[in-house]
Amino acid sequence: MTQQAEAQTPAATAASTAETVFRQEAGRVLATLIRLLGDFQLAEEARQEAFTAALEQWPAKGIPENPRAWLVDVGRNKAIDFIRRQALFRSKYPDLETSAIEQAAAAPGEDEADDAAFGDDRLRLIFTCCHPALNIEAQVALTLRAICGLSTEAVARAFLVSEETMAQRLVRAKKKIRDAGIPYETPPPHLLDERIAGALAAVYLVFSEGYAVTSGENLIREDLCSEAIRLGRLLDALLPNRAAIQGLLALMLLHDARRKARVTPGGDIVLLEDQDHTLWNWPQIDEGLALVERALRIKGKVSPYTVQAAIAALHARAPRESATDWPQIVGLYEVLLHIQPSPVVELNHAVAVSMVDGPARALNLVDSLAARGGIDDYHLLSAARAKLLHRLGRREEALDAYRTALRSARLEPERRLLARRIAEFDEAPTPG
Amino acid sequence: MQYLLLIYTSESEEAKMSEATVAGIIGEYHEFTQSIIQGGQYKGGERLKPVATASTVRIRNGKTVITDGPFAETREQLGGFYLIEAKNLDEATAIAARIPSAKNGSIEVRPIWPMS
Repeated sequence: MTQQAEAQTPAATAASTAETVFRQEAGRVLATLIRLLGDFQLAEEARQEAFTAALEQWPAKGIPENPRAWLVDVGRNKAIDFIRRQALFRSKYPDLETSAIEQAAAAPGEDEADDAAFGDDRLRLIFTCCHPALNIEAQVALTLRAICGLSTEAVARAFLVSEETMAQRLVRAKKKIRDAGIPYETPPPHLLDERIAGALAAVYLVFSEGYAVTSGENLIREDLCSEAIRLGRLLDALLPNRAAIQGLLALMLLHDARRKARVTPGGDIVLLEDQDHTLWNWPQIDEGLALVERALRIKGKVSPYTVQAAIAALHARAPRESATDWPQIVGLYEVLLHIQPSPVVELNHAVAVSMVDGPARALNLVDSLAARGGIDDYHLLSAARAKLLHRLGRREEALDAYRTALRSARLEPERRLLARRIAEFDEAPTPG
Repeated sequence: MQYLLLIYTSESEEAKMSEATVAGIIGEYHEFTQSIIQGGQYKGGERLKPVATASTVRIRNGKTVITDGPFAETREQLGGFYLIEAKNLDEATAIAARIPSAKNGSIEVRPIWPMS
């Protein structure tokens, strides 16, 4: 490796360093260019031109002392040239052109390149990408594209749509930002909490899609989980000591730490109670546990993310499944039912109740949830019912419920798990 | 930027309101309008007569066709508008949220397409 590096020409070294710089700085350079130019599309083109210029010039002239500032500077100048060229052809919108040039040219170069300014730029851009006036699909796509620097193709693949569809979605979103006047700003204090909640919802959606994809062959999309965690860390660094941010980051870290134990090498699901704890990522769990503690100590309204993280923490702390602190988990689900009620929370609460008060009481809760309707197609409800019925020795009903679950499950590994459960009915006697 | 704030309310609900309630809402509107005039954001605004008074004009095959309506089956009808000047969408939506009808109707916020 060292020999190879020594054998490389300085030009080749400069080119590969340039690639590395681009990968690391793409998001930050874009964020700053957007602020300077006030236009998403123009900033993306300017960044591309700056990268091209760097590939041409760095091998010959050497890598600048502050590559990021260099890229921003060159990008901004390219954009000004572009606007001026356009202005020659289209004198129809003189006001627009002049103001864009003034905005771009007025910004001082060196001061803009310090880390604090870059941090602020990325934060601004997160709030722009997650603006409530954009639909949630557009928010997630823009965030992955602009903040995480994923290619349009990668974003499309993550959400199982064609590259063309995703490209159109991104163009529409950028057009709305420009035409509707969605600001490139950190929201004013009275809007901040609400907007943080919006940004976190987008990050959580990225994570959830990665953690348990809704359909297809594989259960986990690690790249999406990692990007969501990266966004969580970025938000936590930019807006420290916010309970909701720390709670969400802790939640993601704790869930993601079990990644290796959740699936067999063959792609089958391993349920929490059967997981090999030595496969868990313990440093990441420790980080998650410490974050939950910090989030819980922050004064103010408790965030649903923090409560969910606290539940994940109790699972992580249990030396083995049978030693899980189920009473406390039931209590935390009751808090969650109070602050953020949903059928999924109700279902998880019922499952936790079954571990404390037994399956009969839990079955009542699940049946009452099912009777209220709205989630008939929810295979996890049928699967939970099946398990409770099985524990109560009601074999036929349990088998029926498993079959119902199998009919509505769309993810292949989940379907295999349910099929295994059904097959077991022919082999094993009823427990208890 | 300029934005048109389109105020949608339920005409049938409004028809059921007592005179005192209507007078109260008119007072709130007066106050709101004064506040955006003083804030320098007001460019114009009017209340519209009910959709029953609407007529539609189309040119088809070179002929002008005038019809009654439209009477789309919607819960809310366009009842008025403001044209405002705002720095960005956040400022525009903040102003829209102060329109009295935002409490029970809905306000569509549309950026103006600048023509020059």
